[in-house]
Amino acid sequence: MINLFLHPRTPYPDEVSEVTSHVHEVASNAGESMLLDPMMLGFYLLVLGSFIGFELITKVPPTLHTPLMSGSNAISGISIVGALLAMVLPPGSDIAKWLALSAVLLATINVVGGFMVTDRMLQMFNRKGK
Amino acid sequence: MDNIINFGYLVAITFFVMGIKKLGRVKTAKQGNTLAAWGMFFAIVLTVVNMSIVTWDQVIGFVFAGAAIGVYASRTVAMTGMPQLVALFNGFGGLASALVAVSYFFQNFSNPTSAVVDLGGSGSMVVVFITILIGAVTLTGSYIAFAKLDGRMNGSPIVFKGQHFLNAVIFIAILGFIVMTSSGSYPIDPSNLYIFIGLTLILGVAITIPIGGADMPVVIALLNSYSGMAASAAGFILLMDGNIGGTILIVSGALVGASGLILTNIMCVAMNRSLFSVMLGGFGQEGGTAAEGGEQIQYKPVGSEESAMIFEAAEKVVIVPGYGMAVAQAQHNVRELTEELEKKGVNVQFAIHPVAGRMPGHMNVLLAEANVPYEKLIEMDDINPQFPETDVVLVIGANDVVNPGAQTDPNSPIAGMPVLEVWKSKTVIVNKRGRGVGYAGIENELFGKDNTLMLFGDGKKMIIELTNELKEL
Repeated sequence: MINLFLHPRTPYPDEVSEVTSHVHEVASNAGESMLLDPMMLGFYLLVLGSFIGFELITKVPPTLHTPLMSGSNAISGISIVGALLAMVLPPGSDIAKWLALSAVLLATINVVGGFMVTDRMLQMFNRKGK
Repeated sequence: MDNIINFGYLVAITFFVMGIKKLGRVKTAKQGNTLAAWGMFFAIVLTVVNMSIVTWDQVIGFVFAGAAIGVYASRTVAMTGMPQLVALFNGFGGLASALVAVSYFFQNFSNPTSAVVDLGGSGSMVVVFITILIGAVTLTGSYIAFAKLDGRMNGSPIVFKGQHFLNAVIFIAILGFIVMTSSGSYPIDPSNLYIFIGLTLILGVAITIPIGGADMPVVIALLNSYSGMAASAAGFILLMDGNIGGTILIVSGALVGASGLILTNIMCVAMNRSLFSVMLGGFGQEGGTAAEGGEQIQYKPVGSEESAMIFEAAEKVVIVPGYGMAVAQAQHNVRELTEELEKKGVNVQFAIHPVAGRMPGHMNVLLAEANVPYEKLIEMDDINPQFPETDVVLVIGANDVVNPGAQTDPNSPIAGMPVLEVWKSKTVIVNKRGRGVGYAGIENELFGKDNTLMLFGDGKKMIIELTNELKEL
């Protein structure tokens, strides 16, 4: 059930409307059935992810705060996945396409630049070989 | 196949988590970064493999362009430019998330039967707008941070009457908009969207400009957090659109968001500010300029020869680096000085204030670049009790973090901020280029104290002189 509900984005052929209407049905039953509402799933992920984040970071010594910020900044470039997925578009939405492409460009800069900058910072720590 | 992809995203998340964990220890930090990078690469590959994109060549083109720019920027920018570069990338990340949201808006707009609008009632469009809000604030806020760090903009806070009121009004307008769209009663068409985008961009500016240079590290950490939250919000859009890729965005964004908040909180505690007031923008700095001038500070200037003699007679020395050292690029010379002092049997340590420099950990990175062993870098809380036993403190390019006014003057903009109590040591030698004020724009009583000597001159030059004098002794 969940699998049917959460499927990777495919292009918009007409049979998708079949899935969409099934999804409507399922979503409207969400309150009474045991089905996983995406919003709820999302919140589970958000809360659990935040806890992991808190736990990981409290143990980082101040020495490493700068590379940490740079590294976590790079990870926030995960929005590139979102931008790529947004590229699967309904017909006739040129604006949407160019927006998604711009997002791909920016997110890639964020990711590549971010990891490389972090690496550069960390080079300096390793030179001492302590 | 679907299940493989879903599982693959989970693996990528694991890489991120393990990567960040390793990033928390000096020995494994580099591996951690590489691990996280592989996780990202894996996530991207998974996404691409599972989609049938019509315009492949354009996507590849943009990805390559982005990678090229990223590589170029990260390779060519000097170490002193790192804080602003990170700020800039941060802004890009926020913008990317916001653009994804806007893209979804237009997709929905041109195809009203899509799942985004219908799914789960009116909730989904709200997520789009929240994503735009967070992303836009991150973008403009990061740009202001970038401009201030890079010197394109004055470091002083821009404060005006009624500012908090104005910020509140903008924020309420934005919230109101979101609430109205969620009820489904307010028609959402592009013109409304543009107004909303405009408001959110302005908000980002509005909450960042009241922040003065000394508080920049806090802002940077906060904006870092926001860019993570923006990614999470975009993940919600995807998830509610039926896209399993949303999960990795939500989790990764949460990791980054939480880590940024922790760092911001650490900074806030170090500055004695409340997190809440930082997020609202401005720290109640109305009338915050301390009594300037007041009494003329009597400087006691000293030369490098005399300073060297003082150092030679010392047993325990603490060096306090600040942004000035970064600007003068004197960190390597400082290391040479340290080695010279240690040859003479002097114990040398470095006192690192949490917000010294322009970014959390800024001083650490600089000194690491100069091969100063990181065991010598001591945090404020650990080194403060040692000052009474310290013979000489050398302050290089630091000002506000050693200002006793933070403890004695309740009107000072830095009042209440924990500082390095260097005046408790036997002698303090302050190296400054001139008689100017620090980043917070205030005079420093430390300079007038009886046991403080001023070593005026360019940081690099004076340190080199000092080292040479020591060699001759």
